[in-house]
Amino acid sequence: MKRTDAKKPKSAGGMHVRRSVFAYPYVVWMAVFIVAPMLLILYYAFTGDGGLTAGNILQAANWDNMRVLLDSVRFALYTTVLCLLLGYPVAYLLSQMKKATAALLSVFFIVPMWMNFLLRTYAWKVLLGAFSNMLYTESAVLLGMVYNFLPFMILPIYTTLIKLDRSYIEAAADLGANPTKTFLKVVLPLSMPGIISGITMVFIPSTTTFAISQLLGGGKTMLYGDLIYMKFITEQSWNAGSALSVILLVFVLISMTFMKKAERTTGDEGGGRLW
Amino acid sequence: MKDKHLIELIDVSKAYGGDVALSHVDLYIKDGEFLTLLGPSGCGKTTMLRLIAGFIMPDEGRIEMDGVDIANTPPYLRKVNTVFQKYALFPHLNVFDNIAFGLKIHGADKAVVKRKVESMLELVNLKGYGARYVEQLSGGQQQRVAIARALVNEPQVLLLDEPLGALDLKLRKEMQVELKNMQQRLGITFIYVTHDQEEALTMSDTIVVMKDGVIQQIGTPTDVYNEPKNPFVADFIGESNIIPGIMLQDYKVRMNGVVYDCVDKGFGRNTEVDVVVRPEDIDIVPAEGARVSGKAVSVVFMGVHYEVDVDCGGYEWIIQTTDYVERGQAVGISIPPDAIHIMKKTKQTNLFDAVAYPDDGEVEFCSQRFACAGLDAFETKDDVLVAIAPADVLLVPPEESVLTGVVRACMFLGTHYEVTITCDEEDWIAYSQEYMESGEEIGISVPADKIAVSANETN
Repeated sequence: MKRTDAKKPKSAGGMHVRRSVFAYPYVVWMAVFIVAPMLLILYYAFTGDGGLTAGNILQAANWDNMRVLLDSVRFALYTTVLCLLLGYPVAYLLSQMKKATAALLSVFFIVPMWMNFLLRTYAWKVLLGAFSNMLYTESAVLLGMVYNFLPFMILPIYTTLIKLDRSYIEAAADLGANPTKTFLKVVLPLSMPGIISGITMVFIPSTTTFAISQLLGGGKTMLYGDLIYMKFITEQSWNAGSALSVILLVFVLISMTFMKKAERTTGDEGGGRLW
Repeated sequence: MKDKHLIELIDVSKAYGGDVALSHVDLYIKDGEFLTLLGPSGCGKTTMLRLIAGFIMPDEGRIEMDGVDIANTPPYLRKVNTVFQKYALFPHLNVFDNIAFGLKIHGADKAVVKRKVESMLELVNLKGYGARYVEQLSGGQQQRVAIARALVNEPQVLLLDEPLGALDLKLRKEMQVELKNMQQRLGITFIYVTHDQEEALTMSDTIVVMKDGVIQQIGTPTDVYNEPKNPFVADFIGESNIIPGIMLQDYKVRMNGVVYDCVDKGFGRNTEVDVVVRPEDIDIVPAEGARVSGKAVSVVFMGVHYEVDVDCGGYEWIIQTTDYVERGQAVGISIPPDAIHIMKKTKQTNLFDAVAYPDDGEVEFCSQRFACAGLDAFETKDDVLVAIAPADVLLVPPEESVLTGVVRACMFLGTHYEVTITCDEEDWIAYSQEYMESGEEIGISVPADKIAVSANETN
């Protein structure tokens, strides 16, 4: 009896595979496709003429480029606000429905996402060209962006609202709050984590987006993503392109820090974060 | 406590998608009383509380408060406040703002809010906790905040939905006393929901015992304990010996072959009854010369008393006594007349809607066909009503029967257990010699000649 007891841990130890082993493929993936390109960008951004230099960055941070960045941020803000205004009511209505109905309806939001976003944007180009005179205007670009990013606003808000304990709403009503006040004082504040997730997931990708502005704006609207694309692909200037990317990266990191801060102050009740 | 009826429920019914939660309930609640809704889960007590709070509307009936029907008034217009089972404190607000919520909604000015909230915090012993967030509080503290948040609005009625359920035993006992004191000091009507009979007995002025959406008994704790109206109440409140008996005449009852004197009358001659005797009311006497004697088969020390099971041949009495007896010892028992509580026999029959198939000699109910005699008077596919006495329901292992169900309740009735079994949304009552666990799966079969068929006139 004793002997088998003593043996047990040994044999178990032989069979034991550390769980972290399963993470290795991803670590390799990350090293090759995320860390290495990043390092390359940094390398190209800070080198030139055979030595280290801050010249690329200084050159890239010119007034024209910064105006493009501001334009991109302005577009991203419009997109985010519109997505929030359109997305919150949709998420709220979905959360009030029966689970099955909501699941069916959310298919309508999710199915378009199965298609490549370039295809969707091309479709808009055809539609706008055929049925309106909006094509190649700022409004067309905005429409394309809102259309593409709306699901990323709806889903995290919906997730937060669906997890919201109904007893909070009952408690508010019990304490004398009518439905409007209940919404403003309880539902809205408690769905803040979802709203912040949604904002993060719409604002940052839409700041860095490209192609939509080219396809629907007809090149009249130049966004920062288009600028980087142009430097790399059209001008083949990897140093300038990398420098622009580094500036954008810094901007995104700063915005993320703000979002994280906002998220922390609203607390993590409800847990609508997707990442 | 005043005699004025503050809240009246008149013929109130409520069903959730076909499941009856409350069935034609009448209840009045006096101003200033501590009323407890007591019963097992699913008995309708929480439904009743939610109806009074206004979170749900009754399907039928009236709910009156101060003589005005409020059945369809939304909760935010009612002068009641609720302490929720899991407190439902707002996680995005601190303790102060949680308590101030109701006052602010009603537009009270800042100084008043501050004064009232501070005095509430003092009342619930949480002075200085205003700035904390809910997640930083212990269960007991959250409980107090929940009470403060409700009471600060000075409601006429405070509804409490199993508020002590999440607390440990010691804290629960402390809070019971505190709640009772608070209720007496403030003079507010408390409507308290619990499944804990001890809690109900300790705190209440009035206990309402419920089962399956029907009120079983309303009374003071002493009434409900000493004079239970039926075996369910007797079994649910406190431990009891429940024995079938025959009321021979006024003041004489026969149980287990022995005639006892009792203090009840008015049941008629030779009527079948159920008799309840509380374990602490039975005296153990020397076996010699005792009218009833038996053997102590189990002796367990319970702290204050011993619990002794005495087998008197056919019936095992549960007795609580402070005198020690040896296991296996022969003892006599004596039951004083006023310890014997007589209850009308609750006759139960299993009734089901069924469809007749006389050609096959079968009836179909509970989605199953059963062989059945006496179908000659019916046509194929006639709607009929079948009646089966609980004693005729045979309980078999699930694999031996086409119809299986899940045991929902099992209650000892002296000589046998009464088992409630749910299958296919229908409840069956059956008798069993053995105890059955709730949740156990069991097969049901009925002999063909024990199914009584009659025309179903409702269709």
